[in-house]
Amino acid sequence: MDWTTPLGWTLATLGHVLSVVLIVLVGLAFLIWADRKIWAGVQMRKGPNVVGPFGLLQSFADMIKFVLKEFIIPSSADKAVFLIAPLISTMLALGAWAVIPFAPHLAVSNVNVGVLYLFAVSSLGVYGIIMGGWASNSKYPFLGALRSAAQMVSYEVSLGFIIITVILLAGSMNLGEIVARQQGWFWSWNWLGGGLKNLPLAIVMIPMTVIFFISFLAETNRPPFDLPEAESEIVAGYQVEYSSTGYLLFMLAEYSNIVLMCAVISLLFLGGWSPGFPVDPDWFPVWTGWLFGNPITFNTLDTFYVLVMIAKIVFMFFMVAMAKAIVPRYRYDQLMRLGWKVFLPISLAAVAIVAGWRVFMGVA
Amino acid sequence: MLQAIAFYLMAGVTLLSALAVVGARNPVHSVLFLIAAFFSAAGLFVLLGAEFLAMLLVVVYVGAVAVLFLFVVMMLDIDFAKLKAGFAQYLPIGGLVAGVLAIEMVLVALTVAREGAAAGNALPDANAGGTSNIEAIGKVLYTDYAYYFEAAGLVLLVAMIGAIVLTMRHKAHVKRQDIGKQVARNTRTGMEVVQIKSGSGVEL
Repeated sequence: MDWTTPLGWTLATLGHVLSVVLIVLVGLAFLIWADRKIWAGVQMRKGPNVVGPFGLLQSFADMIKFVLKEFIIPSSADKAVFLIAPLISTMLALGAWAVIPFAPHLAVSNVNVGVLYLFAVSSLGVYGIIMGGWASNSKYPFLGALRSAAQMVSYEVSLGFIIITVILLAGSMNLGEIVARQQGWFWSWNWLGGGLKNLPLAIVMIPMTVIFFISFLAETNRPPFDLPEAESEIVAGYQVEYSSTGYLLFMLAEYSNIVLMCAVISLLFLGGWSPGFPVDPDWFPVWTGWLFGNPITFNTLDTFYVLVMIAKIVFMFFMVAMAKAIVPRYRYDQLMRLGWKVFLPISLAAVAIVAGWRVFMGVA
Repeated sequence: MLQAIAFYLMAGVTLLSALAVVGARNPVHSVLFLIAAFFSAAGLFVLLGAEFLAMLLVVVYVGAVAVLFLFVVMMLDIDFAKLKAGFAQYLPIGGLVAGVLAIEMVLVALTVAREGAAAGNALPDANAGGTSNIEAIGKVLYTDYAYYFEAAGLVLLVAMIGAIVLTMRHKAHVKRQDIGKQVARNTRTGMEVVQIKSGSGVEL
């Protein structure tokens, strides 16, 4: 098979995309289980423990249940938009994974504007919610949709500014290059300013990491900022009218976005696949073997990098799950105050400080 | 060949959804088609190699402007009969604007055909010399056009301040939350013991 022809390229890319989507989806199933287990642990419950060992297969059982149930379309709903909304949510949530590099060359698409692409796709995520809420033609979903529109637009602003500080530090919008800049010892990770020469910037970058974390909780409608689906106020917000697969897709998109943001915060601030110490490629020899008569190579170095990256994603997801278990829900006006009056000025000041440092201290 | 397929697909979607923006009966559907048009236009930018512009188009127009657009249109209670009543009245002005736009587009197309890429004068490669087109745009924007760039920023700032001034009202009787005050409160300052004479109220 010649992979350079249009057909070969299409097939190869398709295979690449499918493998990433499959890994992400299976990973999500276990992360959702982990989320419930952590939540239960904090509240001194057992959590899911019936299906499979330690309840590990709970998510798969849930999925089968969702798919087999009847999908109800409200009679006064806007049918087309109602059906498209969960699809758009899921497509965007999975599409964002295209630019995430798991190891130096392991990304489906290595685009120059990777960070901007992620920012663009995550800002589109709000459409699934707005469309679903509006098309349901019902009060609570509509309120949830309006809340989420205002919330996501507000927090995107500070997220954007924080991303700019990272871009200024790295001098590139390519995610691979941003991580390549953070190789070596852990003090070259961006949350400590990116390198010993930039260590004073840690005063700025540590708060930026924390604000990024909080803003991404708000951006992904995750507790304590899950006002679009606050069950004590508007039942389940934009999801009220959705049943079976529609609801499953919305939930999948939500969790996919959360895990994606965990990956982004690891790439931007926590060194991505860098383990925190200089890695000598000699430690990880390339294995060659035979599979169905074809020679295959197994790159242990890349495998190690992928494992480091996954460990960081899982650690960040643990933090997100703990935030859900520990922190009570924000009131809506407090949410807006936090976004516009606290995070926006602080991150704007951080952009000015980091830019000034890059220009006047002349550190690359 | 793949490029050609992608181009015709996205150009077709852009045109069809632009048509649907005007044709759709429901204004919310119109906005959704407008978003589709923006999105496929961004795809066309990517095909041109202008990935930075494409992403900006998505972030700014689709991610922010169109969300607020949708927000407003959803909240409006639109009366279609009333909306269509003035059709004949506005037809001459609308027709004039459409005509001018059509002539302009034909002129642009003619120029492109005679002197642009179609005549063999391809655009300079945006990614030439190893610089990404972000760098290329940045270098032009912050050197040759620095004043215009800052003037544009100033105009936006004035517009923003104008909007804030127009909508901000201080109501005297509304209780506002002062988070600093709440956090600074301790048991001693948070509680007050008052002796109340029977039959009289107390001012707090």
